[in-house]
Amino acid sequence: MKNFEYVRPATISEAVAAAAEPGAAYLAGGTNLLDLMKGGIVRPNRLVDISHLPGLDRIERLPDGGTRIGALVRNADLAHDGEFAKSYPAIAEALLSGASGQLRNAATVGGNLLQRTRCGYFYDPASACNKREPGTGCDARGGENRLHAVLGWSEACIATHPSDFCVPLAALDAVVEIEGRTGRREVTVEALHRLPGDTPEQENVLLPGELIVAVRLPKEARTFSHHARYLKVRERTSFAFAVVSAAVGLRIEQGTIWDARLALGGVAPKPWRAHAAEKIVEGCVPDAATFRRAAEAALADARPCGDNAFKIELAKRIIVRALTLAISETAERVAALPGSPFAPVAGALHAS
Amino acid sequence: MPPEISLTPVPAHARHGSNIGQPLTRRDGVLKVTGAARYAADNHPPGMLHAVLAVSTIARGRVSFLDVEAAKAHPGVVEVMTPANRPRLAEDPDAKLHPFMFRLELLQNDEVRYANQAIAVVIAQTLEAATEGVALLAPKYETQPARVGLDASESFVPAAVGVGNPSAMHRGDVEAGLAAAARRIDATYETPMQYHNPMEPHAIVAAWDGDALSVDTPSQGLAMAQGRIAGLFGISPENIHIRSPFLGGGFGSKGLISGPQLLGILAARLVGKPVKLVLRREHLYGPVGHRSASRQRLRIGADGEGLLTAIDHRAKVASSTFDDFFEPAADASHTLYASPAIATSHEAVRLDTGTPLFMRAPGEATGSIALESAIDEMADACGMDPLAFRLKNYADVEPISGKPFSSKALRECYARGAEHFGWSKRPLAPRQLRDENGLLIGWGMGTATFPALMFAAEARAVVRGDGSGVMETGAHDMGQGAWTAFAQIAADALGLDLDRMEFKAGTSDLPDAGIAGGSAHTATAGMAIHNAGAAVIAKLADLATNDQRSPLFGAGNAGVIARDGRLFRRDDETRSDSYADILGRAGLAQVEARGKGAADPAAQSSYAMHAHGAVFAEVKVDSDLGQIRVTRLVGAFAAGRVINPRMVRSQIFGGMIWGMSFALHEQAIMDKRSGRTLNANFAEYQVPVNADVPSMEALMIEEHDPHVNALGIKGVGEIGITGSAGAIANAVWHATGVRVRRFPIGLDDLVMPRSH
Repeated sequence: MKNFEYVRPATISEAVAAAAEPGAAYLAGGTNLLDLMKGGIVRPNRLVDISHLPGLDRIERLPDGGTRIGALVRNADLAHDGEFAKSYPAIAEALLSGASGQLRNAATVGGNLLQRTRCGYFYDPASACNKREPGTGCDARGGENRLHAVLGWSEACIATHPSDFCVPLAALDAVVEIEGRTGRREVTVEALHRLPGDTPEQENVLLPGELIVAVRLPKEARTFSHHARYLKVRERTSFAFAVVSAAVGLRIEQGTIWDARLALGGVAPKPWRAHAAEKIVEGCVPDAATFRRAAEAALADARPCGDNAFKIELAKRIIVRALTLAISETAERVAALPGSPFAPVAGALHAS
Repeated sequence: MPPEISLTPVPAHARHGSNIGQPLTRRDGVLKVTGAARYAADNHPPGMLHAVLAVSTIARGRVSFLDVEAAKAHPGVVEVMTPANRPRLAEDPDAKLHPFMFRLELLQNDEVRYANQAIAVVIAQTLEAATEGVALLAPKYETQPARVGLDASESFVPAAVGVGNPSAMHRGDVEAGLAAAARRIDATYETPMQYHNPMEPHAIVAAWDGDALSVDTPSQGLAMAQGRIAGLFGISPENIHIRSPFLGGGFGSKGLISGPQLLGILAARLVGKPVKLVLRREHLYGPVGHRSASRQRLRIGADGEGLLTAIDHRAKVASSTFDDFFEPAADASHTLYASPAIATSHEAVRLDTGTPLFMRAPGEATGSIALESAIDEMADACGMDPLAFRLKNYADVEPISGKPFSSKALRECYARGAEHFGWSKRPLAPRQLRDENGLLIGWGMGTATFPALMFAAEARAVVRGDGSGVMETGAHDMGQGAWTAFAQIAADALGLDLDRMEFKAGTSDLPDAGIAGGSAHTATAGMAIHNAGAAVIAKLADLATNDQRSPLFGAGNAGVIARDGRLFRRDDETRSDSYADILGRAGLAQVEARGKGAADPAAQSSYAMHAHGAVFAEVKVDSDLGQIRVTRLVGAFAAGRVINPRMVRSQIFGGMIWGMSFALHEQAIMDKRSGRTLNANFAEYQVPVNADVPSMEALMIEEHDPHVNALGIKGVGEIGITGSAGAIANAVWHATGVRVRRFPIGLDDLVMPRSH
């Protein structure tokens, strides 16, 4: 593979300085980056290994009731943190539905936010891909695109964002803390990723060298803990990316939904918050017709980019299902098959 | 050379009679779970260099430029092998001297015939340097449009399918049978391209010493590999030493030595140093074979009683543009159902892909999912239970040939499997069963069958002066348990406990064990072992019965029995003599003998020989979301004598899981414009993971077959896929009422059923 420089900064400011150079990439868990490098999809000149930076691996309960997750917290550690899983069950379920046990042990929270698409044309350096090589075109258009986007795509790019973790984060108004050369700033997870438009290579709003140091859940996020689900549909029971997924959080009092959060995964180039659908169910007594109306609203702008019209109908059905499941009190334990529509099976994957 | 394989010693074990039939654990198990088992790529001879393939990104055309200078300028790169400097071969890689010789891409020219074909090899001090050297080659091409997919070129009738099977066969008049039928179905099924994907990619470590060649590489056929290398390089087979003690799976893709493995040998020749070449996962999608896609039309007729009147099974498959292998999918209809009229035929197209080759149950698996689906549709059309329909049309003789079966315990398989599964409670109509959470439940079944084949093998047996024994044959352990099962046969053949006997296998300097393929390895090499043992025991018996000092003197006519390191007089077991004493008195350090295993042509012409089974599947379906989960699989199999029930169950499970993969998961996704595979990795080429694998049971039905071979072995390597895939597809229909005829069955097939 291409020779590269490997640096291991001691502080965040050293890291930011080292990564601001063109061709530099941050290395944390490496679960995505190393595959991309082996395949020649990305060819960095310098790897800035942040995995030893101090202080980024903590899960902190904040005085205002929020939670701050260090960027180097491993997916598995976060999902298996009992207090965290109880407060944010949909996030724990999303984390546990992703990848494999080995990958979850290595993958980090910060890296997970920035994982690249699974579009086969992006992974095939011989194919035209505007995301990989701006201006070359998009071979996924007119190609094998059964799993591609139905929302937010452009003529330049129809790839989806593959993350499970980001979906409930977007639903719960999570905030990303970013460290850069000019200091610290914050954006919401919803605003972190860009839609492709004419520049699909620009996947997020990070500037060169900017480093995600933490993800913060605002205090409201835990008010959904009693009615929260992550539902993930895929053809294989585990170790597969979502065809479509949904994260739902509801605040229900006296039989009425007062507050609703809903986001979709696998349908768009970014985790897709469905604000219009939330508005429809808010203030309502849960019922199937309302949920279907919400689902229709969430997918109102959807259109197939190829051989994937089924994903629009599937997404609607998943929304209805996820809302329906979320009405019931959140289970004490994450199901043995996290995110699966199949009934929970006895046996917990983590203490709650 | 260090000792090649050091297996866990077999502890003295309680044995009840024969070693054969005992559920011994794998003798190579400890080596494998501790990482001590040395696979080909684990070898690092001194001075070894690393080679990496540069592969074509186009499917058709020619390479017009390679930046060899740039690659060679990269630090660590030693050499770049291209058609310009590739060492000379004694034989044209495009020669086809017999049907079992497949054309290879060994840099003989600049032509590209499929994506992922090798176009150069970069050899470097490190794997990383060789990998970057490949990137720096930045090939340019003259590209022609790729022909991909079963409709991409003109179809023709191949001269033969599989290994020399006629392309079309018939018995009776199918059109008349269909015309006379009270009920008919006419349905077309599609199966995708599949790749073998062994866990261990093809790898080779090659070292030349003059004209002598030492090779570590996984092989399902050591002697054939040795012969192929000898022919290509113009050297004597005896000068080629191949070690293949363990394979990380092969499934047919390691049956013949592949182009990339030979390029490793060429690279070592070019640089004069040992070279290691390991295929990247994505490189397996092209040069090492695959299973062709198929489109199969089945027309079946039945009379008012549910008796079949005709089966017409037509398959369209593909081969490469430059070689012939035609998946004999329609042949699946030859043996199972007693239709008075059967016709099978194949047509084919030539595509810009690598040549498809043998992939676990080639033809049988592909044909079975279509046939078993169609039989299910026919049963439904007749308003009959699928098992009752199959029993109604049970074949007591092989339908296509009229030959009697050498043995066929399929009725028992149906009965035991059905009973175990609880099949009698199955409602006839679909969409009748739901679980406590409202998920649809479906029950389906399929019949499994695979021919009981034998090829040719040899073994050498030795009894040493101390009474211990040695059995040698170049057998192949692909993970199926050859190290264990053959040792069990050998111990019985030598009349020794396992711990008094050494079993050697896995290298090319041992007697030719044939090929681990066609589910025939245990039968073929097992018979060679059995016969070698019998021959060496006969020599001992000769010595003893002619030796006046032996208690067995004069027992020649009565005969002797070998057991526990002694010969016993058959008619008087109080008279016995130990192997050590027999050899000691004769002044011999050891005796040895060889034995052969081969099919009996007389028996083969008289009998149809097949293993059989019945598979019952339960699926749960969330029809709203299109999710399918197999919740139970019960298979009952009759496959002659079982040497090691633990290994056999494992083989059957593996096959049944592959059946699940065939029905629900596995497919290569190829871009129709470029001919490149887009899911050449384990994240997206999906095979079942543990969470997909339900409760499984494999029941072995006792079957004594006096005709297949003296040991009565039929083989279990491939049968598990057949029947299973169809059973699952039928269960999906029974759950949902939606008949999906394109495999694998996907979410979209249930969310938005398409019309067929």
